Amino acid sequence: MSTYHLDHLQYLETEAIHIMREVASEFERPALLFSGGKDSICLLRLAEKAFRPSDIPMPFLNVDTGHHFPELNTFRDARARELGGRLIVRKVEDAIASGIAIPNPGEVSRNRLQIPTLLAAIEEFRFDCAIGGARRDEEKARAKERFFSFRDSFGQWDPKNQRPEIWNLYNGRVNAGEHMRVFPLSNWTEMDVWEYIKRENLAVPTIYFSHRRECVRRQGQWLPVTSILPPKPSEEVRELVVRVRTIGDIISTGMIESPANTVDDILVEIAAARVTERGSRADDKASEAAMEDRKKQGYF
Amino acid sequence: MPHSSPIPVDLLRFNTCGSVDDGKSTLIGRLLYDSKSLMEDQIEALERSADLTGGGQINLANLTDGLRAEREQGITIDVAYRYFATPRRKFIIADTPGHVQYTRNMVTGASTANHSILMVDARLGVIEQSRRHTCIASLLRIPHLVVAVNKMDLVGWSETRFHEIRNQFEDFLPRLDIKDVKFIPLSALNGDNVVDASPHTPWYSGPTLLGHLEGVHIGSDWNLDGFRFPVQWVNRPNRPQDPEWHDFRGVSGQISGGIVRVGQPVMVLPSGLKTTVQKIWTMDGPLTEAFCPASVTLQLEHDIDVSRGDTIVGLTTMPGVSSDLRARVAWMNTRPLQAGRKYFLKHTTQTVQAVVTSLENRLKIADFETEENPKELGVNDLGEIRVRTSRPLVFDSYSVNRLTGSFILIEPGTNQTVGAGMLFPPTEPIKPEYTDFAI
Repeated sequence: MSTYHLDHLQYLETEAIHIMREVASEFERPALLFSGGKDSICLLRLAEKAFRPSDIPMPFLNVDTGHHFPELNTFRDARARELGGRLIVRKVEDAIASGIAIPNPGEVSRNRLQIPTLLAAIEEFRFDCAIGGARRDEEKARAKERFFSFRDSFGQWDPKNQRPEIWNLYNGRVNAGEHMRVFPLSNWTEMDVWEYIKRENLAVPTIYFSHRRECVRRQGQWLPVTSILPPKPSEEVRELVVRVRTIGDIISTGMIESPANTVDDILVEIAAARVTERGSRADDKASEAAMEDRKKQGYF
Repeated sequence: MPHSSPIPVDLLRFNTCGSVDDGKSTLIGRLLYDSKSLMEDQIEALERSADLTGGGQINLANLTDGLRAEREQGITIDVAYRYFATPRRKFIIADTPGHVQYTRNMVTGASTANHSILMVDARLGVIEQSRRHTCIASLLRIPHLVVAVNKMDLVGWSETRFHEIRNQFEDFLPRLDIKDVKFIPLSALNGDNVVDASPHTPWYSGPTLLGHLEGVHIGSDWNLDGFRFPVQWVNRPNRPQDPEWHDFRGVSGQISGGIVRVGQPVMVLPSGLKTTVQKIWTMDGPLTEAFCPASVTLQLEHDIDVSRGDTIVGLTTMPGVSSDLRARVAWMNTRPLQAGRKYFLKHTTQTVQAVVTSLENRLKIADFETEENPKELGVNDLGEIRVRTSRPLVFDSYSVNRLTGSFILIEPGTNQTVGAGMLFPPTEPIKPEYTDFAI
């Protein structure tokens, strides 16, 4: 009997495929959040595995903050085309122009403004479910999230009143105007994601690999110099050999100095890493509960 | 689908339970800290919050207690999942809260675990919560249990006290159904016997907690006996122009018991139609056999009516098919369960209407005796009920198969998950020869 055994990646895969198919069966209008980042790349592969040879029975949705790494959007568009999927992009700047998202005076970051943009898109298309690539190992508030995470008609998460989630019996019932966020990668770690990318031979955006880039040092991080993040007069611009470990907006994503050029290099680097993946995300450092506070409002 | 890596990495899922302040979150923090699974930024964050709220001492519980309300009250509210790996195993931890009102989360965390750690405060010994949690672990059929006798430093590392607590457990354990119980004396706060052996317990010769978790033998969680395939999704590519796919019709799902092989005769239940497995389709290529819990797409020889909610089974080790069911239930809602109440019942891949026809008994945690014919089951109560469903379920006893033997009850209107049910064995499994009307 010992050969009838799934290894840990096969186990995580079958768990995620099962969840994908539950979503396709139980919801009328699901969407899959696809940014082009490594986690959502895995999500798309899992969707292929769940539904082929049929088409993936849901559109892909991305909230474009206008501060994305250009390589990421190029990759996103190409991958969606390749899979024959319908990609819906909703832009934060359009949401600002139409008054759906209102920046605070002087607010440069688009991080918070993604929330009303996403909720407006969910309302516009009457999505009753959005599949996302969040993982529980990323952050403490996410560690408390269910696979099927209920959102009320304001899009809010109520962490103190989550539905019990027992065995593999997911309760996907929602009333009109409410929706569900579903996280098939809940049990995956950063290492699992890269091992899966390797096993499945998945393409990822080039910024995950080592390249030369002009950076400035701010709050202990190397941030990429761009037109929206010009160096201050006092700052020294350094050209470094860097890559990204996690992708947020281009103004808040810390680059890590790394020679890792291949997926194998990245696996070695992560195994030896002494900081977490989200250690390079300024948006999470705002406070101890930065993620929880954003999730309660309707963040990814 | 045999494993593809030469040494399959084993995955152990365990949950921690115990009462408030028994130190569960501290223990997990200690496991992560001492096994070097914590990263520098996590340690920095701990140190930051130590200065703010802990009077300078690092509070390992802050690693898992991620919600504002949890840190403010110093308690764990919701199940937190943690991940760590040693060279020998990968671990998924469900940290389940101890408050009596959060027992539903204990059920949530335990339902997917194959190992449980029950924390006991060495000063207090066995209390009602210890009994309740042991009982839930037993009902959910978690095969292995470790009783972590924590805060041993506060009882002067007394061997006598350790044995007293062990005896308290051994008084009631025979009445429960747990195969393997280990007792470990430790201090989560100071790290004794968590990862590193303690100098304070020369009288204890067993493994440390991590040593035990790395070494404990976990047999297959999955039932490989009777083939069960609850249909999740009918796979019909809508491509009339494409000769390769225009005739493709498959049924997709996760195998929830047994093994399926190409050419194997199967039956669709509850209809009773028989057919043969023609192909086992996956995106990675066809398989000759597949086993629980793989997700696959089956192509059947006959074009028969089969859709979501049906279960395809092998012709040996048949399941029960019935709409009158007996089950143990863990009630998780403040609105009590009473006979006559109607719910949605989700079992495998179908959701049906259900009425609770009677309450048979309620389990009294204090002495594990039962109260017969109770008027209601309140929140956190465990008991036996009878249910009638609008469509028959294709099921096994929970003790034989967790996936086909379990259900949840959903309250109409609020859509809350209010009960977790574990089915008793069918009174009579369906016999394949009774339903000999294959096409």
